Amino acid sequence: MSIPLNSEQVLDREYLEIRGKILELAASLDRLERAAGCVNEDNRMNLISQGLQILLQETDQTKAAQIQMLFSRVYDDTWREQFEL
Amino acid sequence: MYYFDPHIHMVSRTTDDYETLAKMGCVGMSEPAFWAGFDRGSVDSFRDYFRQLTDFEPKRAAQYGIQHYTWLCINAKEAENVELSREVIKMIPEFLDKPNVLGIGEIGLNKNTKNESTIFLEHMELAIQYNQQILIHTPHLEDKYQGTRMILDMLTGDSRIDPARVLVDHVEEHTAREVLDRGFWAGMTLYPVTKCTPQRAADIIEMCGAERLLVNSAGDWGPSKPTAVPDLILEMRRRGHSEALIRKVVYDNPIEFFSQSQNFSFQHPE
Ligand SMILES: [Zn+2]
Repeated sequence: MSIPLNSEQVLDREYLEIRGKILELAASLDRLERAAGCVNEDNRMNLISQGLQILLQETDQTKAAQIQMLFSRVYDDTWREQFEL
Repeated sequence: MYYFDPHIHMVSRTTDDYETLAKMGCVGMSEPAFWAGFDRGSVDSFRDYFRQLTDFEPKRAAQYGIQHYTWLCINAKEAENVELSREVIKMIPEFLDKPNVLGIGEIGLNKNTKNESTIFLEHMELAIQYNQQILIHTPHLEDKYQGTRMILDMLTGDSRIDPARVLVDHVEEHTAREVLDRGFWAGMTLYPVTKCTPQRAADIIEMCGAERLLVNSAGDWGPSKPTAVPDLILEMRRRGHSEALIRKVVYDNPIEFFSQSQNFSFQHPE
């Protein structure tokens, strides 16, 4: 099943929303810079920058699923042995 | 349009919410047992909670023409206390014959620990022993993917579990397909802030199809919107989806899933 709207209709509907979200993100990053201290070594900053890169990459996976996986803990299929369950 | 909210915590909501939901077309709901926001101290505290779920809430709902069903368990957060969990699991059968009980839930994982997994497996055993359906809570945020995979491992690792009788809730973009591909039902939870929005839920329906997919508000005591399901209905209409497709997700699917429970005696509104 696909979305009944065509891409132009989606863009018409969401352009201002996307613009607003990018602006929110920009302001958040500015706020981080204005605040005292430095969080460059914090791994969350690394995740944020990887997340931003995903938005511009072209792959066959959806961007939303890739972002979800980026912010997910790793699954290890030997967990049951580790827990002795 | 009539709809069914398959996952909503009405014990945390006011009677005014029942009225609003009824006005928006809600005619049925199922309420899984969950965390109260604080850890309860004894098995009797859970006994009282189960009385509330099986006796008081259905009456409150009925005043607004809403048919109320429920699921019983000790939630994943309190499952960290293995001793208390075992006492609760032992007590649950006292309530399984109550007319609005659909099964065991919402069991699941929270931080994906050994204790949580142990109690998950013991709840599974209880469901099998009493031939109950299961409703599952998957963890939030960074724990969701790992926890969902662990839960699927436990379920598929036991041949006595029929995936068609299990609903895995709070699926998102990275977990929905795997849950559905393995034959389970999947529920999307519409939270206003950090989790799945009506727009993203509509995207997931478009990408995965509407087969075995449900949508719920999970309205509870935290920031949440009990009327989130009508938000999805509106979003799908605005995109031009058919009424039949929307109805399948918000009404036909939950009823089809719950109909596998012997206590489900839902009456369609005239
Ligand atoms: Zn819940």
